Amino acid sequence: MSDTTATQILSFIEARFPQARIDRTQDIFSLGFINSLFAMELVMFIEKTFGLTVPNDELNINNFRTVDAMTALVDRQRGTVGVA
Amino acid sequence: MTVVGVVGAGVMGIGVAQNLASSGYETILVDVEERILDDAKAAINRNCRLSRLMGGPALDPDEVLGRITTAVGVEALAKAEIVIENVTENWDVKREVHARLDQVLTPEAVVIVNTSAIPITRVAAVGDHPERVVGVHFMNPVPAKPVVELIPGFHTAPETVEVTRQLLSGMGKKAVDVKDASGFVSNRVLMLTVNEAAYLVHEGVATAESVDEVFRGCFGHPMGPLETADLIGVDTILYSVEVLYEHYADSKYRPCPLLKQMTDAGLHGRKTGRGFYTYDNAGQ
Ligand SMILES: NC(=O)c1ccc[n+]([C@@H]2O[C@H](COP(=O)([O-])OP(=O)(O)OC[C@H]3O[C@@H](n4cnc5c(N)ncnc54)[C@H](O)[C@@H]3O)[C@@H](O)[C@H]2O)c1
Repeated sequence: MSDTTATQILSFIEARFPQARIDRTQDIFSLGFINSLFAMELVMFIEKTFGLTVPNDELNINNFRTVDAMTALVDRQRGTVGVA
Repeated sequence: MTVVGVVGAGVMGIGVAQNLASSGYETILVDVEERILDDAKAAINRNCRLSRLMGGPALDPDEVLGRITTAVGVEALAKAEIVIENVTENWDVKREVHARLDQVLTPEAVVIVNTSAIPITRVAAVGDHPERVVGVHFMNPVPAKPVVELIPGFHTAPETVEVTRQLLSGMGKKAVDVKDASGFVSNRVLMLTVNEAAYLVHEGVATAESVDEVFRGCFGHPMGPLETADLIGVDTILYSVEVLYEHYADSKYRPCPLLKQMTDAGLHGRKTGRGFYTYDNAGQ
């Protein structure tokens, strides 16, 4: 499950930033061309794609820095909501 | 608390209304259609929710939206003490709105014009009270940008400027005083830069990504001119360049045909999901 989650997030970032060469552990905001405006797009993408609402206390930039962090966030939310 | 009217619920009106409401002002937001106002409320809700993530203060969407009422038509602004006008950057549209505002508002009300390039003196001449009209060029996204240009028109009264300074300070803004001239300081330079950057793409000299990378990497700008165009609105860029071109009658402001085609094609940037780049319906 998490593997496909990570792949989907990675493809979303790469589609938006074709010049990005990133892996799952890379801090995307340290690359120089991704700014906080993209954090908003990431939240929207994740909520729409994985059918969840990120709670306020999880809306922390650290949850969106790396593909791994976002994948963990999605897994956590699915865990708490308890849907398969 | 002062009642502030906001005309136009587009990119800027949304930001201005949110900034006013989160600063405690009772805000009335108007546009031409209910649908636009619904979208604006949804955008404010989302922007408040994500405010802290974007580096801003924590905002309670319900509290902020609780201070904003919406209405179709400027007639709803009769009791407003201050109005901030943010309609489309088009002279005919602005002229009509200011003519209506002049009839609807009390004579004491202050009218703030938020425009990219239209001279404030010209807007002020539309109504019978040019002394109460003043320009404020807000930056986008409004809640995140602490500095604005403050532009008195030829007839603007000192009291109008004073009321405006107080409002701006209440909104957490610092004002830089600028004289009235089409484009003021910021857009006299920025619009030429964006227009020329569009020409580079139009002529195939570089891709949008490469143009922006040069500005970020070589000049240390946080954003390149074409990402900035997508944030501002490609249509708004075109209209502003056209205003400059018409006003100065100077060919250096000739609008790039690519901006015209993108505007016709609905590629208006973030607000329509596609401009020089493609966005995931995240809106403004
Ligand atoms: N976008 C920017 O970054 C930016 C920055 C500074 C200043 N400005 C200026 O602010 C103004 C608004 O720009 P924007 O980007 O928000 O444009 P926009 O196109 O996003 O929004 C304009 C809004 O005005 C509304 N409108 C049109 N006619 C109206 C009427 N008669 N009554 C009420 N509402 C009406 C439209 O329906 C639309 O919702 C323009 O003058 C622009 O030059 C824009």
